[in-house]
Amino acid sequence: MFGSLEPLDTCDLRPVAPGSAAGHVSVKESKGKNGLNTANVSEQVDWVALLMRIRDHRDEQAFITVFRHFAPRLKSFLIRSGADDALAEECVQEVMTTVWQKAALFDPSRASVATWIFTIARNKRIDVLRRQKRPEPEDLPWGPEAEPAQEDVLGLQQETEHLSQALAALPEKQRDLIQKAYFGDMTHSDIAESTGLPLGTIKSRIRLALERLRHVMDRKDAR
Amino acid sequence: MTTIKHHLTDDLIFAYSAGLLPEAVNLVVASHISMCDACRAAVEAHDAVGGSMIESADTVDVSDACLDGALAMIRGLEPIRAPQAVAKPRDARVPQPLRDYIGGSLDDVNWRPLGMGVKQAILPTSSDASARLLYIPAGTALPDHGHKGMELTLVLQGAFSDDDGYFARGDIEVADTHVDHTPVADISEDCICLAVTDAPLRFKGLIPRLAQPFFRI
Repeated sequence: MFGSLEPLDTCDLRPVAPGSAAGHVSVKESKGKNGLNTANVSEQVDWVALLMRIRDHRDEQAFITVFRHFAPRLKSFLIRSGADDALAEECVQEVMTTVWQKAALFDPSRASVATWIFTIARNKRIDVLRRQKRPEPEDLPWGPEAEPAQEDVLGLQQETEHLSQALAALPEKQRDLIQKAYFGDMTHSDIAESTGLPLGTIKSRIRLALERLRHVMDRKDAR
Repeated sequence: MTTIKHHLTDDLIFAYSAGLLPEAVNLVVASHISMCDACRAAVEAHDAVGGSMIESADTVDVSDACLDGALAMIRGLEPIRAPQAVAKPRDARVPQPLRDYIGGSLDDVNWRPLGMGVKQAILPTSSDASARLLYIPAGTALPDHGHKGMELTLVLQGAFSDDDGYFARGDIEVADTHVDHTPVADISEDCICLAVTDAPLRFKGLIPRLAQPFFRI
């Protein structure tokens, strides 16, 4: 039922190159029940631009596009984590409305849209399925003054795509282990060893983005 | 930010990102990350793995009612604006995640004496791991103890030393089952730590062991 995505008019002020990383879907992309393979479509979608349209214009059409892509994946994530169908849909709804409400907190120089949505869904899972609070690190200031440079956004999004490719190329056993962990299918003690994830370069990029934010904070404090 | 020398381990960062840790452990990890951009970057890099897993996940059909409901909800929601600056906290020693648990300031903490001037306050978390604040007077030693499980100790004020090294504000010690240690607070200042264990500590002296059930260490 959410098999196809509407063509988009992405006349945003802050465009990101088409085919940027956020929309990357691995070759292992599964097919929806309607049999439509969404991989080709979503590779052309500029998720960052859509988030910016939600943030700047409260664009419902952009929200619907994001919903149609992510909601079926989030539902599968929540069902794998132990939710039944009704609870999974309730959580999906809450995660997606949080995406709408907190779009201004999304920093595309530090995360892809999929990454950011994952963190919201993970916290929702802990809150609802484990009935625990999830203490989160202090939010860093983020607003007009901290607006990242376009090249930093592009760099991070590309880095995310490289990471997805590297993950897709891992031996199946290792990839399954990582997926089980991220889908809440195991406990901390089941992780025998650090998984040797290829994260060096994306970590450096995020570090630079954080330094930029700290710099903006220091300038504000100095006033 | 740059002076932190003792960081989170990779498996803790992985487990925090994947959302596998008990609440008390999440609390000390989030508190350290609030003070340490190196570990924050490492966690956010791991979050990208989660994002990739979501992106490549199977899909399950979502009902039209779910989207309709979401649309109805967002029409009634005010957007949340990004913080333009981090608000000046009432007590700069307390990282934000911890503020929610102690009511803002270390001065308001309801300390319970443990003897030798050492004090503690147990924080309300889920019972799969426990979190407490420890107050160790300058120059004082905590009783020698080992662990059945993991102990994470984050320094909020002052510093302490043990066999593993010297730990100052922002540093986190990750001590495993094998570590027997006697942390001694630095002489310059009283030391305040956030300490989290996923199993009870084992003290070696007789008196502390007898006192243990009573003090809920």
